[in-house]
Amino acid sequence: MQSLLETEDETLLRDAARGFLNDASPVSALRENREKERGYDPALWREMALMGWTGVLIGEDQGGADMGHRAAGILCEEMGTVLAASPFISTAVMAASALRNSAGERANQSLAGIASGDLSYALAIDEGAKFNPAGSALEAQKSGNGYRLNGRKTFVAEGTTADRLIVLARTGGAAGETAGLTLFDIEADRAGLTRSGTTTVDSRDFARIDLDGVEVTGDDIIGDLDNGLDALQIALRAGQAAIAAELTGVAGGAYAMTVGYLKERKQFGRTIGSFQALQHRAAHLWSEIEVTASAIANAGRVLDTTPDEAALAVSLAKARAASTAKLAVSEGVQMHGGIGMTDEYDIGFYMKRARVGAEWLGDYGYHSAQVAAARGF
Amino acid sequence: MTDAQAGTSGDHTRFAKWIADNCPDTLLGMPIDDNTIVWGGRNWVFQRDDQRIWMERARDAGLTAPRWPTEYGGAGLTREEEKAFREEMNRVGAPTPLESFGLWMLGPALLEFGTEAQKKHFLPPITRGEIRWCQGYSEPGAGSDLANVQTKAEDMGDHWLVNGQKIWTSYADKADWIFALVRTDRDAPKHLGISFMLIDMNSPGVTTRPIRLISGKSPFCETFFDNVKVPKSYGEDISSIVGTQNRGWDVAKHLLTHEREMIGGGARGLLGGRALGTFLNSLDGVLDDPVTRSEAMQLEVDSLAFALTMERYKDQAKSGRGVGNASAMLKYYGTELNKRRYELLMSATGSEGVEWDGPHGPLAPEWLRTKANSIEGGTSEVMLDIIAKRVLELPSK
Repeated sequence: MQSLLETEDETLLRDAARGFLNDASPVSALRENREKERGYDPALWREMALMGWTGVLIGEDQGGADMGHRAAGILCEEMGTVLAASPFISTAVMAASALRNSAGERANQSLAGIASGDLSYALAIDEGAKFNPAGSALEAQKSGNGYRLNGRKTFVAEGTTADRLIVLARTGGAAGETAGLTLFDIEADRAGLTRSGTTTVDSRDFARIDLDGVEVTGDDIIGDLDNGLDALQIALRAGQAAIAAELTGVAGGAYAMTVGYLKERKQFGRTIGSFQALQHRAAHLWSEIEVTASAIANAGRVLDTTPDEAALAVSLAKARAASTAKLAVSEGVQMHGGIGMTDEYDIGFYMKRARVGAEWLGDYGYHSAQVAAARGF
Repeated sequence: MTDAQAGTSGDHTRFAKWIADNCPDTLLGMPIDDNTIVWGGRNWVFQRDDQRIWMERARDAGLTAPRWPTEYGGAGLTREEEKAFREEMNRVGAPTPLESFGLWMLGPALLEFGTEAQKKHFLPPITRGEIRWCQGYSEPGAGSDLANVQTKAEDMGDHWLVNGQKIWTSYADKADWIFALVRTDRDAPKHLGISFMLIDMNSPGVTTRPIRLISGKSPFCETFFDNVKVPKSYGEDISSIVGTQNRGWDVAKHLLTHEREMIGGGARGLLGGRALGTFLNSLDGVLDDPVTRSEAMQLEVDSLAFALTMERYKDQAKSGRGVGNASAMLKYYGTELNKRRYELLMSATGSEGVEWDGPHGPLAPEWLRTKANSIEGGTSEVMLDIIAKRVLELPSK
């Protein structure tokens, strides 16, 4: 097994990311996004592109930096720490992973567009309230040389702003079957497509997308016809590892804010951090974050070395990250007391992002069941 | 991982050959439990001749204490070489030739704090399995508050007069010597009046009494010191006190950190295998119960993540950066996980599990014994105190 310790390069990347994000995207930037009713700040995204982050998983031939999944995870952790909003995971992690695996000139052009920061993507997978790709029913009806897409996708991250969409549609079989699904890569303004933003608690961009007779052709297909889940799986694992890393950053950010508060808030004539009841809870939280950090590092390492065997590592990371982030933000609000409930104070933003992130791409129940299956029960 | 970290393949080849040449075949793959472990000591009787041969050959090669310097009976191996040696033993199923508290605890303390003469006098008999040591730390009034030890050693000129009682002294009834925390200055603040003293268990006035636990028989004892005369010196420059007089707390703290890593690591060993899912599947219908299934899944998630964390910290220790106060987290988390695991196993095995020695062997006493994991070597609450104060740097007032 590869060492889970950070390499020197990784530490440099983390320090650089932290320095940049503290400056360019403190939590007040998320507040500003909320006021301006936008999912993210395009200027921040451009700067991420200039630093090479958008090409983190893209080959040098397409203008990427090709740093790998562990590096992407480190960036996500740092983004989570300050709740930086961007289409990084949808575009630079998930779409890039799916496209990279789908050889072809068009895919290469898209990859170059992602790397340069000119192109953003969203993945339209879910249809119900819970993550269940195989449950997709959105119909791709044969029409001439191509298909017409009819149906609705929900909980599409970056759905209102993305330039392009990767849509999971049913070309065969019935909802619930893993075969018969196909991935289509289409521009977001194609005729028949309607995007409606949903206002989620985390102030990020999520959309419902209605497809009403949207015409697609074989050229739009990523991966193989009727075997779309294979191509999607690569993107999903990369995205699940990335959101897990972001959630661990969310947990770490909430933890740091909370421990800082414990050291400064006085009640009963004492610093509240001197109360053993709070000390033990804070120490337990730190322990959980440490343990989760190992699962995050491991998922990145496994995706970089043996991606075909990454199912267990990725689900372990996502399950742990979801539960640890939940603990961190719950303890965070409780230990802050009344002020933690105010909108003026930042801890609530962590709680909201933790909830949405825990749900996106599979929740604790989904991923712990994947772990159990991989471990023989 | 680089070759330097992993131990070169040359080391592996060398040790593989040495083990093949020296370890009797009959020992390979033998399960090691309380009945088959080799402890050594004045009264030691080998259960099997092959164990004696293996211990003696390892002893002669210094390999009972691989990393100790050769002048003290060790083999002078580097960390990487020792790792290669242990990996090769594991690979072929060769048992550790000799285990003892002397190897695990007193030796490291002497190497860190002892005088040259103390090392020369005390270390070689440990490596030869001639002297078996036990640890005398806790007292009835000094558990979590270990620095409150009251066993007193009075200065009588040429000797110390020791009176008091130790508890939880593992294998005290079988040990030859004890390393004990005793109070040598009753007026100093409690941390600054303790000395780390080496006492012959054959001394008149030393008695032991075994302790029966909720899990049944145990190696634990109470040890009583009743006007025991301990020489100030066992030879030139061989003080009976390790380190500075009244500064024994420093030695004890050093060893406690060591002990915590061992306990945390032990728990990981039990959880690291693939066994849980396989075992639960073998129990008809148990995983159909949604509550058991859910608990098992959560335990598996946490156990796997903890195993990775142990790996990460092992790598960190190997890189020379040390684990520091995170050892408190490993001890806390590992032992709590182990308790969860046994609660689940008891629930899964139902009425079969509650037999002292039923279809699942000694599961019930093992379950009961895990309750001590989060008490011995520093309770979970003490571990959380350490994390809060030293890692989180939370204030004391």
